[in-house]
Amino acid sequence: MSVAKPLPHDAARLHVTGQARYVDDIPLPQGTLHLAFGVSRIARGQIKAMTLEEVKTAPGVVAVLTADDLPFANDVSPSVHDEPLLSDGPVHYMGQPLFVVAATSHRAARMAARLGNITYIEETPILTIEDALAADARFEDGPRVYEKGRVDAALTQAPHRLQGRIEMGGQEHFYLEGQAALALPQEGGDMVVQSSTQHPTEIQHKVAEALGVPMHAVRVEIRRMGGGFGGKESQGNALAVACAVVAAQSGRPCKMRYDRDDDMIITGKRHDFRIDYDVGYDAQGRILGIDFTHYTRCGWAQDLSLPVADRAMLHADNAYLLPAARITSHRLRTNMQSATAFRGFGGPQGMLGIERVMDHVAHALGRDGAEVRRINYYAAMTESADASGGGIFDPKKQPTLSTEDLASRGAVRASSGSGGSARFGGAYSAVPEDAENTTPYSMPVTDFILHEMTDQLLDTADYDRRKADLARWNAQNETLKKGIAFSPVKFGISFTLTHLNQAGALVHVYQDGSIHLNHGGTEMGQGLFQKVAQVAAARFGVNVAAVKITATDTGKVPNTSATAASSGSDLNGMAVQAACSTIRDRIAACLAELHGCSVEEVVFDGGDVRVGGVQMSFAKAVQTAYENRVSLSATGFYKTPDVAWDRIAGKGRPFFYFAYGAAVSEVVIDTRTGENRLLRVDLLHDAGASLNPALDIGQIEGGFVQGAGWLTTEELVWDDTGRLRTHAPSTYKIPACSDRPAVFNVALWNAANPARTVYRSKAVGEPPFMLGISAHLALADACSACGPHFPDLQAPATAEEVLRAVGRARG
Amino acid sequence: MAQVSMTVNGKTVSGEVEGRTLLAEFLREGLNLTGTHIGCDTSQCGACVVHVNGEAVKSCTMFAMEADGADVGTIEGQANADGSLNVIQQAFQDHHGLQCGFCTPGMVMSAAALLKENPKPSEAEVRTYLEGNICRCTGYHNIVKAIMAASGQDVSAIAAE
Ligand code: FES
Ligand code: FES
Repeated sequence: MSVAKPLPHDAARLHVTGQARYVDDIPLPQGTLHLAFGVSRIARGQIKAMTLEEVKTAPGVVAVLTADDLPFANDVSPSVHDEPLLSDGPVHYMGQPLFVVAATSHRAARMAARLGNITYIEETPILTIEDALAADARFEDGPRVYEKGRVDAALTQAPHRLQGRIEMGGQEHFYLEGQAALALPQEGGDMVVQSSTQHPTEIQHKVAEALGVPMHAVRVEIRRMGGGFGGKESQGNALAVACAVVAAQSGRPCKMRYDRDDDMIITGKRHDFRIDYDVGYDAQGRILGIDFTHYTRCGWAQDLSLPVADRAMLHADNAYLLPAARITSHRLRTNMQSATAFRGFGGPQGMLGIERVMDHVAHALGRDGAEVRRINYYAAMTESADASGGGIFDPKKQPTLSTEDLASRGAVRASSGSGGSARFGGAYSAVPEDAENTTPYSMPVTDFILHEMTDQLLDTADYDRRKADLARWNAQNETLKKGIAFSPVKFGISFTLTHLNQAGALVHVYQDGSIHLNHGGTEMGQGLFQKVAQVAAARFGVNVAAVKITATDTGKVPNTSATAASSGSDLNGMAVQAACSTIRDRIAACLAELHGCSVEEVVFDGGDVRVGGVQMSFAKAVQTAYENRVSLSATGFYKTPDVAWDRIAGKGRPFFYFAYGAAVSEVVIDTRTGENRLLRVDLLHDAGASLNPALDIGQIEGGFVQGAGWLTTEELVWDDTGRLRTHAPSTYKIPACSDRPAVFNVALWNAANPARTVYRSKAVGEPPFMLGISAHLALADACSACGPHFPDLQAPATAEEVLRAVGRARG
Repeated sequence: MAQVSMTVNGKTVSGEVEGRTLLAEFLREGLNLTGTHIGCDTSQCGACVVHVNGEAVKSCTMFAMEADGADVGTIEGQANADGSLNVIQQAFQDHHGLQCGFCTPGMVMSAAALLKENPKPSEAEVRTYLEGNICRCTGYHNIVKAIMAASGQDVSAIAAE
């Protein structure tokens, strides 16, 4: 069977020969125009006057458009229509698009875009958390609060109590392929758009709005992205819409790609967070009560910030049973790029908060960090753990969302705060508050496997012995200090906006037995297409080479959700399986009738079909079905069962299941300079029954390195005028080849998912990112070795920050 | 505008370029050799690495006119004469040395230059050599492994598939 095989990426051959095509590689029709944005040079204010004569007369320029020239919607927001494509007066951040230039070449457009003469009425930008709180600049009317148990009582009654704070920076996606789009005008005002996007339906929707046409007049196609990581969930809207509008007006194809600097200056990044904590615990380190306050700078527009901040709250527990917990979340509006989706979608930030608490408690008690973590774990999986058997939630009719973008994760309503009116996906049945083994949002944890995973990893990583060795080594070394840390991951899988948990597929089988596969997921390197093709091949019992993987296309599968929330193979794999099963069953019924046997006796295996005593090739079987006038084309559909979530009350079952992982990292620091290196990393990750172990391990390795990068070298710096100072790889340091640890052991925890997923696999896109937290904790451990005090290491732990933490440890 | 001519992947080509036309632009737009990618435009990511007279060069850093008369090799010319993958390409495929693939052409070209200079590099040498090639997806592990394998060295000790 083709599933569970470590097949290479489907396009590997195309990539290594340079034939794989990205949007920027598509041959352009004659007369294509190239676009560039003219952007604001201040962070906040009003445009007083915009003189664009020089732009218009610059060489190669064909057209210059401002907000006034946009015929229909001037909006590229994935949520609440608060994001004009081009400013209509107010300026909200430095880098905001004000006008768009169309020229005969990419360079001509970019050069002309710099010639705008714009005067502003400047206002003081809101940049810091303090500024935003003082101005009450926020999204939603006040903080969201999720609560479980009696938190204040638990805190006052606890034998021990401490408070602290961790600040963590944002992160630039640095997808290696920058944002790009190409719009090709068609007859009758229709538009075809090629877009480097994780969310073709979103692009289709925004382009249709901007052109004043129904969605059926717009077709969006994407074969692959050169990396996405969440940065292409909503941030491609502006390019696609600009191209489509100019294409419609000029009748010429239009293309836009951001140069790296423009990309970093214009597009949103990971949300940075400050997390304050107040925790009560006992002498063993068991947490009795905890009060978290999250502050996040969302930038100027809402984008996907509400669900991101929600997901941070939903991961404030990580792997730990918190008997009493309150999480308060402030979503602050600041004059910066609008922070957006990034692998983990707030989960990593919430998780780093509790991991820091575990370290702080362990330090205060003088106990081992791994030990304190284990004491606080959720109880282990129970035997009736079939997660789809729950059924405690009644389906409820969806409220109408007339002003929102239904297919976007941004489609969360800015709440009334009452909790009653804005439920999505269904009402929840309240779980008793003292129920055992429930999260702070009242979801029972029934599939917890970290006890066994932790045993195995600490054993294979030789944690105890190495920890003892390190203590001896540190006692003998003054300048260099080593640190080691363990951290677990429990990550919730599903879109928290329940209705997005659906997917469609379209499968054709041709007369020669070849198979055409299409579904709503997009390929950004994660190997989704190959995994899904393996599922299709398995259904027909053929080799995966018989399956043609085709570009994602809104004309083939409509109303798709973004390829996000790690849901790609869970959702699309199931939809494809359904479509293939339909066709297979039709063929089986036809053959059964011809051969006078039952449908069950028709077997598809090894490229052949066996029916009764006869064996024929799959192609022959297909041909027979065709001749008997059997339809060989089918759609498939899937929706995740049993999820329902009230984001206002903070109660329900937002996740179908959890994915787990565990990491041990070892580092060394130079106490004079703060320089540091990762020495060894051991990872054990749960991908369920893996659909493709090689691709999954690739996700784990890449995710870890990206997560460690976020918390170590990747530092975003805005100056006090709101200018992003780190807008190129020269100043923004993502991990390089030489940064990877010398010893890097990665293993899969290969056990079937108790939830009924495709072949019992688990989602693997985001969860491993959070294994990188162990690198930060290991650095903190090394700093701790320098003195008796808590080093209070912040993130990212750049060399400068490590140096400061060493100082704090020494006191 | 000026005329340039050079040998690209064994074929003589020529075209009109401006003085400021970059070699990367000439290859991609003039010759439709789009396997050479632009990742940063500023000589930092390595996605645009090609060979010029046998040396690895970031083609976003070189003017097309500087390559006048040169022998240029791009990713499109790396496969064997019969169309089969060369040993480095094959190793990247077999050892999963790619995900989104955007860095891959530059990685393969850099790897070829390295192995020409140093046919049996150590793992540390591979890593240092690839300092100028950024990959955002893979975490580099499988890329290093692929290059080690392509150099004929045993990679079974390099853990993790
Ligand atoms: S595009 Fe040439 S080094 Fe990045
Ligand atoms: S595979 Fe995506 S950048 Fe290397």
